[in-house]
Amino acid sequence: MTFWTRFSQNRGAFVGFVIVVIVALSALLSPLLYPVDPWQMVGPAFLAPFQNGSLLLGTDMLGRDVAAGVLHGARVSIMVGIVATLIACFIGIVFGALAGFYGGLVDDVLMRVTEIFQTLPTFVVAIVLVAIFEPSINSIIIAIAMVTWPPIARLVRGEFLSLREREFVQAAIVIGQPNLRIIATQIFPNTLSPVIVMGSLMVATAILLESGLSFLGLGDPNQMSWGFMIGASRTMIRQAWWMSFFPGLAILLTVLALNLVGEGLNDALNPRLARKGRA
Amino acid sequence: MSKLDYLGKRLLKSVFIIVALVVLNFFLIRLAPGDPASVIAGQAGIGDPEFVQQLRERFRLDEPLHEQLYVYLAGVAQLDFGYSYTFRVPVWDLIVDRLPATLLLTGTAFAISLLVGILLGTIAAAHIGRWPDTLVSGAALIMYATPLFWLGLMSILVFSVYLNLLPPFGMSTVGAGYTGWRHAIDVAHHLVLPALTLSTFMMAIYMRLTRSSILEIGDLDFVKTARAKGLGQRQIMLMHILRNAILPVVTFAGMQAGQLIGGAVITETVFAWPGLGRLTYDALLQRDYNLLLAILFMSSVMVVLFNLITDLIYTVVDPRIELS
Repeated sequence: MTFWTRFSQNRGAFVGFVIVVIVALSALLSPLLYPVDPWQMVGPAFLAPFQNGSLLLGTDMLGRDVAAGVLHGARVSIMVGIVATLIACFIGIVFGALAGFYGGLVDDVLMRVTEIFQTLPTFVVAIVLVAIFEPSINSIIIAIAMVTWPPIARLVRGEFLSLREREFVQAAIVIGQPNLRIIATQIFPNTLSPVIVMGSLMVATAILLESGLSFLGLGDPNQMSWGFMIGASRTMIRQAWWMSFFPGLAILLTVLALNLVGEGLNDALNPRLARKGRA
Repeated sequence: MSKLDYLGKRLLKSVFIIVALVVLNFFLIRLAPGDPASVIAGQAGIGDPEFVQQLRERFRLDEPLHEQLYVYLAGVAQLDFGYSYTFRVPVWDLIVDRLPATLLLTGTAFAISLLVGILLGTIAAAHIGRWPDTLVSGAALIMYATPLFWLGLMSILVFSVYLNLLPPFGMSTVGAGYTGWRHAIDVAHHLVLPALTLSTFMMAIYMRLTRSSILEIGDLDFVKTARAKGLGQRQIMLMHILRNAILPVVTFAGMQAGQLIGGAVITETVFAWPGLGRLTYDALLQRDYNLLLAILFMSSVMVVLFNLITDLIYTVVDPRIELS
């Protein structure tokens, strides 16, 4: 069976994949397909949802369209999720590859550093980093990458440790390939599938972290985001539940979909493990 | 290696990690744009050059970096984290004042998530492939994806606004002046929503871990033996499987316990719970860096402490563990 048939036979993963595609399209195309400025006053304040056909999800305390916020807010979530994960994967792969390949002192030093970063309370560190660097999309991405890379480093290190002893790597050493080339072209491609699985799950974590930061008022002040919408309307929960309900639902569905996709990838890339009924 | 040696080594490592964290803290504040004195003066709202100069001297900013680091380390060793200009008291006093509320909240949430998580995970594993399993696994997936602040707000909406069952804010009824048992019950009443909210994320993880751990152990030979002897399902599950399956779950839980402080920041903000998390939010609004860094330090120490405790308990509970 090919990878794609295995993946699409998993019902949860397929549904997750469809949701992720919808969210991604909304992030990319909402300025074209739903050109309502989420910062612009478009109707009366506190309009309940499903009352007005053009303002389906209602309006907030300033008469801004909640639906526009939900659609345009997808952009920040998706971008932060993907870029932060890519940076975290890069740091983790470099640390893990060097530690696993060279072993000895290099391994000791790099793994101590990884351990210290892993000891840090993730969310509190992210808060402090964003607060010190001033809230912006860049500081949020850097903060999230800084607290999420250690598991990748440990994973890659483990893979490198076992792959280094394999015959094809020994052969590459014997024919005199330079170390960096062995790392990049012999070992690294073989570690990709677990890294991809972990990476797809990390995108979900990154989106949750971003929404938490924006909720606390640490979002980029120039970008509409789901966490910000909920944080700004939380004191008005009694009068207007819809202002925080819909953005929260968007976060929940996106993160859930990404987790389903991650699990589907895991089952499709490691079919032998999947049959054991792991969680 | 004897147990005592191991203990000493493990303690030494914890101390090393804590010192490394303090050093990291020291460099963090120096990463902020501008020197720490002007950052703190700006945040205190005092532009007076004399005040800035005073701060410079206090931080020894005119001396080389290693001298500054030494002064900072010596301060932390004496629990001197500086002065909070927003609350106008020493930072350490604030932390000591708010810590108990946070420990109560996170402790309760931890216990709930572990107990319910193991229970539901066991039920799912005992009925694998049938509806209880589907239900528990589905619930775990959703709980794992729900942002805490949203869950908190929605539970306020349902249980406080519509059903009027539980109080939405604070730790005790304002102005009621309860004492003794009446006070404890009042606090417990206020604790229900925040503790349940905070427990969901971890609960989802423990449910899944318990389920997979039980399934893994259920394949082992000694379980087959028990089954061949004709023992009942319930007895096998309780006496043979669960005892072994719980160990990795509890270990993981201990390692992650310190991380609950992150969720506490969000939960306490939503429910106006007067603990360290709420303090973090206030420090954030005011950009009170002294306070923020001290909270970061305290929560890191909590993580290190929980890791240490888990490690020690583990070596006692499971004597097979290699002390190396």
